[in-house]
Amino acid sequence: MKIAVCVKQVPDSWAEKKMSGGTLDRAGVDAVLNDLDEYAIEEALRIVEANSSTKEAGEGSGHTITLISMGPDRASEAIRKGLSMGADDAIHICDDAFAGSDALATSLVLSKAISDGGFDLVICGTESTDARMSVVPAMLAERLGWAQLTFAGSVAVDPAQSKVSIARSTEFGIENMEATFPAVVSVIEKINEPRYPSFKGIMAAKKKTIAVKSLADVGLAADQVGSKAAWSNVKDAVLRPARSAGIKVEDGGDGGTKLVDFLAEKRVI
Amino acid sequence: MSEVLILVDAVDGKVSKSTGELATFAKAIGKVNAVVFDAALVSQLSAYAIDNVILCTGVDVSKFSPGPIAQSLAQLVSTKSATAVLITSSSKGKEVAGRLAVATNSGIITDATSIDADLVTTQAVFGGSTTVHAAVTHGTSIVTLRSNSIEPIAGSGSPTTEEFTPTISEAAKLGVVTSTQPAVKGGRPELTEASIVISGGRGTNGDFKPVEALADVLGAAVGASRAATDAGWYPHTHQVGQTGKTVSPQLYVACGISGAIQHRAGMQTSKMIVAINKDSEAPIFDLADYGVIGDLFNVLPQATAAISAKKA
Repeated sequence: MKIAVCVKQVPDSWAEKKMSGGTLDRAGVDAVLNDLDEYAIEEALRIVEANSSTKEAGEGSGHTITLISMGPDRASEAIRKGLSMGADDAIHICDDAFAGSDALATSLVLSKAISDGGFDLVICGTESTDARMSVVPAMLAERLGWAQLTFAGSVAVDPAQSKVSIARSTEFGIENMEATFPAVVSVIEKINEPRYPSFKGIMAAKKKTIAVKSLADVGLAADQVGSKAAWSNVKDAVLRPARSAGIKVEDGGDGGTKLVDFLAEKRVI
Repeated sequence: MSEVLILVDAVDGKVSKSTGELATFAKAIGKVNAVVFDAALVSQLSAYAIDNVILCTGVDVSKFSPGPIAQSLAQLVSTKSATAVLITSSSKGKEVAGRLAVATNSGIITDATSIDADLVTTQAVFGGSTTVHAAVTHGTSIVTLRSNSIEPIAGSGSPTTEEFTPTISEAAKLGVVTSTQPAVKGGRPELTEASIVISGGRGTNGDFKPVEALADVLGAAVGASRAATDAGWYPHTHQVGQTGKTVSPQLYVACGISGAIQHRAGMQTSKMIVAINKDSEAPIFDLADYGVIGDLFNVLPQATAAISAKKA
């Protein structure tokens, strides 16, 4: 099996964010591997472990895990983290023209890198914690013409039958779905507990290959990506006035009653 | 007059209120065409400001959904020369919108809280700390709108009806639903649609009973912080926050939740916020309209009893 995992470097999700021009200000915030992508890497590792006698990814197991990321130079830090968790190698599509790309351009670039790689499965997190659109996995399925198995709360793979099944878990309940390879899978954060990179893993990651590709290498031109090719445009972004603290009372034994009186007075109940 | 398509959203055979919200936004833009895949829902659509109902036939959306729905909409965008397609911001709605944007070479905006007659959208980003106005600049405006963004206006008379049989490609049908388990409802409203949400966090110590009791007496939905869902105290689908659901109810009650940025990101656009926490320094109090420093195990049962007494 050849598995690709799409990963993104994002501003730390615990940090305050602000806009700069029409896009997110990324300069002043720590950049980390998107939390939700760690679940995708972990799931790929578990799929390989469950289907390999060596219990490890790599050529010897007959299965490989390749990270695919689109982003600036410094995204290589996030990629290294994924490699230290146990992925085998990575493709880093890195081009100055990417700045300001929308989800359509992102899915276009990723789909080109994926279709060149002969993968059986592509695994993604459900969303990046910066843009939070949650549309790239579905866009990849549309562009590649592959099965879309998204919002997976569990994944089972049968490599001999080239079959993948998931339990799609959304606000509408659970849908059990299946497809044959190739397929795009996205995983929710309840699917597993991502491992911490081990010391051995961190050392090994330093020797793993990150293939850096330009826009031209994936067969695209500069006018197909970046802010000029973004098909939506931010007109203005204003900071909302911060919410101010209202009434704060100490519970003196009647805190619940007072609360209800307040809500009744404000006519919310 | 410009043609607008809205995708009808339904749960358990009942058209959702969010469909009425989409119709209300669409009405300001042009002629409202409601696209529906289930004939049983058509009669319910006259309740909302819908001019024309398009029933798509021959598509089994219970077996394969986002692909075929997006493909049907793409064909309708072309036959109707639609200027905009409005879809509810659910997990599935956004997937449909994403595929539709690719299929129609159009720009996409998700999680808007409004769209005006000039197709300019409003979004609350970074957990509501920033308001962004944006517009699609290429193709048809594909926009998903959050529930509870506008009060639906009523329909005036019966909409016209037409049938449409889309052509669905084999690729769109890949990935088949083999069985389903409906969401366990427990009689409570859907989190993102509820007008009142009561949430519990670390302070519950895993006991959500007082949170649920207050929710039930108010007909509210139950939410949870990431700390509570990570601890396995409440299902992940109820998580409110940066990596969970974003809610914007009339009233949000945070019980035993400290109010880290992770959580605030999912609830700070609520109209009114109430916080109950033992720690008087908890950051949640900075955004609460009303805060009670106290033990939720005392405050909540008392509030629940007081509301029951008022109702009696």
